[in-house]
Amino acid sequence: MTAHVLGDTGVLTGRSLRHILRSPDTIVTTAITPIALMLLFVYVLGGAIETGSDQSYIDYMLPGILLITIASGIAYTAYRLFLDMQDGIFERFQSMPIARSSVLWAHVLTSLVANLVSVAIVIGVALIMGFRTGASVGAWLAVAGILILFTLALTWLAVVAGLSAKTVDGASGFSYPLIFLPFISSAFVPTESMPGPVAWFAENQPVTSIVNSIRALFAQEPVGNDIWIAVAWLVGILVVAYALAIAKYRRRIS
Amino acid sequence: MDSAIRVQGIEKSFKDLHVLRGVDFDVKAGSIFALLGSNSAGKTTLVRILSTLLKADAGTATVNGLDVAASAGEVRASISLTGQFAAVDGVLTGRENLVLIARLRHLENPGAIADELLARFSLTDAGTRRAATYSGGMRRRLDIAMSLIGDPPIIFLDEPTTGLDPQARIEVWQTIKKLADGGTTVLLTTQYLDEAEQLADRIAILHKGTIIQNGTLAELKQLLPAAEVEYVQKQPSLEDVFLALVGDTGATDTAGDASDRTADSAPAGKETR
Repeated sequence: MTAHVLGDTGVLTGRSLRHILRSPDTIVTTAITPIALMLLFVYVLGGAIETGSDQSYIDYMLPGILLITIASGIAYTAYRLFLDMQDGIFERFQSMPIARSSVLWAHVLTSLVANLVSVAIVIGVALIMGFRTGASVGAWLAVAGILILFTLALTWLAVVAGLSAKTVDGASGFSYPLIFLPFISSAFVPTESMPGPVAWFAENQPVTSIVNSIRALFAQEPVGNDIWIAVAWLVGILVVAYALAIAKYRRRIS
Repeated sequence: MDSAIRVQGIEKSFKDLHVLRGVDFDVKAGSIFALLGSNSAGKTTLVRILSTLLKADAGTATVNGLDVAASAGEVRASISLTGQFAAVDGVLTGRENLVLIARLRHLENPGAIADELLARFSLTDAGTRRAATYSGGMRRRLDIAMSLIGDPPIIFLDEPTTGLDPQARIEVWQTIKKLADGGTTVLLTTQYLDEAEQLADRIAILHKGTIIQNGTLAELKQLLPAAEVEYVQKQPSLEDVFLALVGDTGATDTAGDASDRTADSAPAGKETR
């Protein structure tokens, strides 16, 4: 049976991607809020913000916007998983001789694809708004790697939420704090401008190291230690969320 | 006796609620076995245990000679479950639903299998439409068609006609009879007495978590005093009138699918979720 894990996951991923293709509004709505925030920060608030760097403000804040995009996108992952599990077809899958974990993996891969499409849309709009980078192919790949890792870590958190939720609102509501987290980080303003305890929190929460790494990669500056702190955070979250999700899933289906 | 399903002393509780309190029965291979019971009698719980979705607290159950707890994976390869709520993917078309299941069962030529089943269940014209647009009866036909993919020797049907109109019900009955004629073992649950009477080779009555009677229709009828001859004026039942007015139905109503839909949509309430 395990020999079929990849094939079954592929077939089921095809199914949920088809769902998204037939209602692409989830990808678009995922991109709308970050784009609105981007417009607000660049054209309204940004003029008054001292970043202390000579970057244009859109270059400065795009990494944070990308993280917000993903954080709001995974709300749909939890939502889709929750609805799928309510559906009769989920029971059919469970009563069929298919690799059981493939049902979860299909949702995870679908989440990855959907979020990367949303991120691409947001980057496209940023380019129109004047975002520029001289980043090399290697730097772009590193940015993509960080964003993929970020999406996977948050997606497994979303799986935990989708499996635990009792209502649709509960399934997607968990993402609000995640969307808020970039605001208390170096994403929009330098952390030095914040009062002591807030600055301490901002400097030590995962978003700051992730944002600093992506910002440095785009600006062709050395990433320093930030990238290792970022990767450590992301791998840590990924491992814990994955373990929780699998344990939750086992209990749910047995 | 050649048992396709053997249930011995199955018990299941949800917290303080004892749903099943020791259920025993055998189902002969190739027969239709009806589990009759009112709502909350434990029928669905039992079907979920037999189809490996739920673990029993006590007792043993074998399906196709395999223990449902110890060899769940192998059991899944020999069964199909058609649950109480039509297990079709509403976003996908009818054909895509069938292809999906054929691919998950790792069969050759999923497209050809899908087309064959669409034809067999009079869904060819509707095959390219999303399943969400189907009437209750069409959705149930698609549901059963999906369960037949891979020719599992044993099929569980949990209240297959609940929420269907009389015509759709008769279609489902015909399908089930054909299945059994082809050698498939069918375990069906129902709360409709006439459904059990129409279809089943044996009927077991599940009441308050145990089987209180199990036998053929003739055997069950003998439990009551011998028939008395009474003069009863033969009136057509409302169902007779309804069927006569709307025209009798065979399984072949493809041409009528569009009008069928509007007629079906009202009573299909329990289907749509």
